[in-house]
Amino acid sequence: MSSGLYNTHKADFDTHFDPTHVKAYGDTMNDGKVQFSFTLPVKNDERGIEAARQLVRKMGVDEPNVACAKTLDAEFTFFVVYGSVVHSVDYENIHVVTVEEETMSMEETNEYIREHFGRKIIMVGASTGTDAHTVGIDAIMNRKGFAGHYGLERYEMIEAYNLGAQIPNEEFVRKALEVNADVLLVSQTVTQKDIHIQNLTELVEYLEAEGLRDRFILCCGGARITHELAKELGYDAGFGAGKYADDVATFAVTEMVKRGMK
Amino acid sequence: MTEKLRLDQNNVNKARESAHRIAVDTQSFIDLHTTVTVERTVCRLLGIDGVNALDVPLPNVVVDHMNDKGVLGVGAAYLIGTAMLDTGKTPQEVAEAIDEGSIDLTKLPPRSIEEIRGVIMPVAEATVERIRKNVAKRSEYLTEFGDKTDPYLYVIVATGNIYEDITQAKAAAKQGADIIAVIRTTGQSLLDYVPYGATTEGFGGTYATQENFRLMRAALDEVGEEQHRYIRLCNYCSGLCMPEIAAMGALERLDVMLNDALYGILFRDINPQRTIIDQFMSRVINSFAGVIINTGEDNYLTTADAVEEAHTVLASQFLNEQFALEAGLPEEQQGLGHAFEIDPDVPNGFLYELAQAQMARQIFPKAPLKYMPPTKFMTGNIFRGHVQDALFNIVTILTGQKLHLLGMLTEAIHTPFMSDRALSIENAQYIFRTMHDLGDDITFREGGIMETRANEVLQKATDLLGEIEKMGLFATLEKGIFADIKRSRDGGKGLAGVTRKDAVYFNPFIELMKREV
Repeated sequence: MSSGLYNTHKADFDTHFDPTHVKAYGDTMNDGKVQFSFTLPVKNDERGIEAARQLVRKMGVDEPNVACAKTLDAEFTFFVVYGSVVHSVDYENIHVVTVEEETMSMEETNEYIREHFGRKIIMVGASTGTDAHTVGIDAIMNRKGFAGHYGLERYEMIEAYNLGAQIPNEEFVRKALEVNADVLLVSQTVTQKDIHIQNLTELVEYLEAEGLRDRFILCCGGARITHELAKELGYDAGFGAGKYADDVATFAVTEMVKRGMK
Repeated sequence: MTEKLRLDQNNVNKARESAHRIAVDTQSFIDLHTTVTVERTVCRLLGIDGVNALDVPLPNVVVDHMNDKGVLGVGAAYLIGTAMLDTGKTPQEVAEAIDEGSIDLTKLPPRSIEEIRGVIMPVAEATVERIRKNVAKRSEYLTEFGDKTDPYLYVIVATGNIYEDITQAKAAAKQGADIIAVIRTTGQSLLDYVPYGATTEGFGGTYATQENFRLMRAALDEVGEEQHRYIRLCNYCSGLCMPEIAAMGALERLDVMLNDALYGILFRDINPQRTIIDQFMSRVINSFAGVIINTGEDNYLTTADAVEEAHTVLASQFLNEQFALEAGLPEEQQGLGHAFEIDPDVPNGFLYELAQAQMARQIFPKAPLKYMPPTKFMTGNIFRGHVQDALFNIVTILTGQKLHLLGMLTEAIHTPFMSDRALSIENAQYIFRTMHDLGDDITFREGGIMETRANEVLQKATDLLGEIEKMGLFATLEKGIFADIKRSRDGGKGLAGVTRKDAVYFNPFIELMKREV
């Protein structure tokens, strides 16, 4: 067998952690072990397996090992490949933009609102445009919340309006004005062909055209949304996977104070 | 035969009777009304097809014309029949003439109903015969290849491009899929028309068009003949065009269609009156065409909690059953829906899932139940996701679910890759094989966690249906009983397309297609 799974002769690399050259970790520091799975539109035979190996090698992987080649159709084969990536990253010099506030609990947020505003904060959320998925906005807004984090509807000092899915941007803004909203929350779940970016951009453009952009704290969320992307698109914050109602509420109310909103 | 779970049969009967009275009460409203899409369906089944120079489908041209002139309630059959008598044209030619502006349906000399029926019914009969032939063709295939007795493996394709969908669907069929559902493009449910022709652009799915149906049907027949299996095709009746899409499905021999009496109201904010009227004709057509419907109760659990709200699923299944029976759709074609959506962190969550699935099996013994995989708690950790899907597969084989919608390990990340689908099929086939008869060997402990759970859910569903019966269906929707979503009787999209039937109104297809059950 030439799989290399059990051989040890390559363990001659430096096994000390170097934050300027961080490599993937399998079971030994700097072994660079990664796993791939992908499909090639080719027949499942020796030539197909070699194609998979070459493709992985081109991605900077040493000694690619095709652990599984499974026929999906006459001309489609699924591969699972392991190998050691030769590249490393300089962890020291990585700086990312994130929402930095320490997240407050529901009670802390309620107290914060009482202290700074003495009134309820009004938040309007929707899954906008053609997006039919309410999973994201529901997770943030529904009373019950998600994964143990209560939703905004449960916050005593927040008046939350969940408009649901497929809300056109114009209608979204109209409703926000009608209820005199402080905070707008936009969820985008379906992200095929980057339609979410187009839709998010349109909302910002619409608000700017109407001279309303500064009137609201504007946040977006969804599986593919990062804070950095949100800022780029003209939002105040973006919330991706692993963010909950408390993160959103904390950001919104502290940002309102920072901006001197009353 | 002794049932596995000793359910309170009094409650089952009570719940079913309440649902029956709710459906009968609502049916009296349905019978007095028609909608724009019901009339477009009549147009389509009379053979009106194609689009005008502005890409407006001709059924819309005709019905918009009727609506503008305030004669929607007279019905398309009556008006087109009058025009046919006056001009000697076919329905298609009448539609083209309306588009050109050379016919005004309100300016035709009146004809007797006997004369009108004399020209309309032969055309309607011919369409109905075409659908009958499709049903016969399906039976022939099933006789030749045999039908699967195990759960049907149901997978989705959703590339946006019908030709790419076909590549994916054929591969899935070869890997073992029994039902291919073509997910519709995001937003189609809110279009008050059905797009025309083969389409290659969609978001999160592919347009449901009659041509796309035809292309996929042909592809699945081809791969089915190769594989000596009948591969079923599924699409979606939900939205503002429920009966039109049901008609297209009947004409192109679809086998399974999503069709829920309440789904559009709750999840697409379609007007309650509109949906209730539309679902009736769509189910009459589905029934006649031998289509298994899928109801959408599983969706309740993606917004509401699967433990606390399980009884709303059961209550809705009872309602969907009774609405289906009102439309002449037999139990054997009722793919009542539910889902495996309990939070993995809930202790004994699997026992609750198993209890609820077994309960549904016993309460609806003839229905080919549709069981949906975990989606809400799929996290992007594909490895755990694959385990969640395995647990879901176990429930199906233990409790005899029929339409088994395969879970994808990459749920919540992207629409399925070809390999995702293959891994899911492999997972299900393995579990169905290795646990094939385990269900028969298991008994549930009397008064145990599962039996207690099932009876609790049943009790709450029975109480809820009792309340709905008192309030009426529309008032229930206004109170947000289902999925925590409130829908007012006059709110939502599509109310403008609802009207009362005129005294002369007739619908040839309800007459010809409604079955007695």
